[in-house]
Amino acid sequence: MLRIRNLDAGYGNLNVLRRVSIHVKPGEIVTIIGANGAGKTTLLKTITGLLKAQAGEVLFNGQDIGAMPTERIVSGGCSLVPEGRQVFPAMPVSENLLLGAYVQFKRGNKHEVERDLDRVYALFPVLKQREHQLAGTLSGGEQQMLAMGRALMARPKLIMLDEPSMGLAPLMVKEIFNIIVRLRAEGNTVLLVEQNARSALKIANRGYVLETGRIILEGEAEDLLANRDVQRAYLGRDAE
Amino acid sequence: MFFELFFQYLVAGLTYGTIYAIVGIGFNIIYNTTGIINFAQGEFVMLGGMTAVTLYGFLPLPLAVIGAVLITMVMGGLIEMVFIRWLVKPTVLRMIIITIGISILIREGALLVWGEGVRSLPYFTGNEISALSLGGVRLSPQVLWSIGVCMVIVLFLNLFFKHTMLGREMRACAANRDAAALCGIPTKNMITLSFVLSAGIGALAGCVVSPITYTQYSIGSGLAIKGFTVAILGGLGNSMAAVAAGFILGILESFSIWVLPTAYKDAISIAILLAMLFIRPSGLFGNKEAMRLKDF
Ligand SMILES: Nc1ncnc2c1ncn2[C@@H]1O[C@H](COP(=O)(O)OP(=O)(O)O)[C@@H](O)[C@H]1O
Ligand SMILES: [Mg+2]
Repeated sequence: MLRIRNLDAGYGNLNVLRRVSIHVKPGEIVTIIGANGAGKTTLLKTITGLLKAQAGEVLFNGQDIGAMPTERIVSGGCSLVPEGRQVFPAMPVSENLLLGAYVQFKRGNKHEVERDLDRVYALFPVLKQREHQLAGTLSGGEQQMLAMGRALMARPKLIMLDEPSMGLAPLMVKEIFNIIVRLRAEGNTVLLVEQNARSALKIANRGYVLETGRIILEGEAEDLLANRDVQRAYLGRDAE
Repeated sequence: MFFELFFQYLVAGLTYGTIYAIVGIGFNIIYNTTGIINFAQGEFVMLGGMTAVTLYGFLPLPLAVIGAVLITMVMGGLIEMVFIRWLVKPTVLRMIIITIGISILIREGALLVWGEGVRSLPYFTGNEISALSLGGVRLSPQVLWSIGVCMVIVLFLNLFFKHTMLGREMRACAANRDAAALCGIPTKNMITLSFVLSAGIGALAGCVVSPITYTQYSIGSGLAIKGFTVAILGGLGNSMAAVAAGFILGILESFSIWVLPTAYKDAISIAILLAMLFIRPSGLFGNKEAMRLKDF
């Protein structure tokens, strides 16, 4: 579904990602774990065209999306729930979700938007309760749910999440991860970027470890969980 | 006598205030969607007025006004596509220089096309000497046209931004460009649209006030400064506050003539601008809480 080969990316003269290669198959949860500053956000921004790659290729369903503008990548079915949620704070929850459905409106699927909205509200009942509340007044967890709901409204084939657990209370983290598992069960494909390595690897099928812009390790999620180096570097702090 | 004079100055202030308000709103529309302060904003007012005068040569007045507004809108869109669209993350200073350059270009173009002559459209209803009597005070109907059109523009923009899909998409683009792009919204087109829209309202305002204030190839840069003052006074990005600020500036200027030599009229807005930038850059009506939930 997604295949990235030898991707280099960065900001101006600053080179962040070096020869990154990853792939995601349909129906999987793939996680990319790495410390703060490893380049995880840079990778997702490059995939969605918010940042132009310096070298390498990004294929989505066999199509080279490396030079496409963000809106075409999104309408092609590749959505990102960005780091820090990035909801539209001055608009109510319902309008945030309708904006997420922009590509559906453009495809002419007006009637399906109504149903998608119900589906998102079913997945996140708290959003239904807060329907008319301004997004900026929601709690962090609720904003995360809204950002996920907004991305789902575009009916993505691949949904990418940038540190959804960041800054959330443990109980809320658990809920978000449960929802990600549920998304996979409903046939979605997920690329999950996390610092919270243990929780991410527990729900993922496969994982990559990103360190200072390079993929240093990859494999089945359970193998990574059992890996000594991973345990020491990423799982140590919250070891059971 | 005193009351009558007071009222005359007030009316003159409101008339000029209308156009300052519209230019201020134009600044805000573009600022909100792009972060650009478009110093060519005043040129849209000039283009609207001048084009309408020319069209009025062979079209009835309403068609001339509509035609002028449409032509200016197209110009606004073209300007964005030619000069702005292809820039990759330009700095603020570079943008300011570019928009000032555009403004000079338009002004010189207008000089070539229309010459130095001062022009105006005819009064929309009645003529120079017709007057409505309002509680004993005489009032030109064109003043009511100006204020009325300003109100209609404000109302229209409010409805557009709050209640249409396109307006909502522009607001999304204004609030967070990357997040809007991630919704699949073509943000570059929204930016073009913001230029089209603010060119359109500028041109319309330029048409309605031209019978009173007259129009000339060079009025744009002065208006840009006034409009910028108004935008800052109201709080950059806050369109509704710009309306209030526009009337405040118009009235202040108008009454200044009463007490100060006329030559100081234009200094008022510069003084206000500098004072605001030093003392309260968030604007008269700005506050931190509102900025967090910033919107049009
Ligand atoms: N907008 C930016 N401009 C310049 N450098 C940046 C920018 N954003 C991130 N960086 C740098 O890129 C590196 C990777 O950052 P990022 O991709 O955000 O890491 P992560 O998401 O893994 O925490 C960091 O060294 C960071 O300082
Ligand atoms: Mg990050």
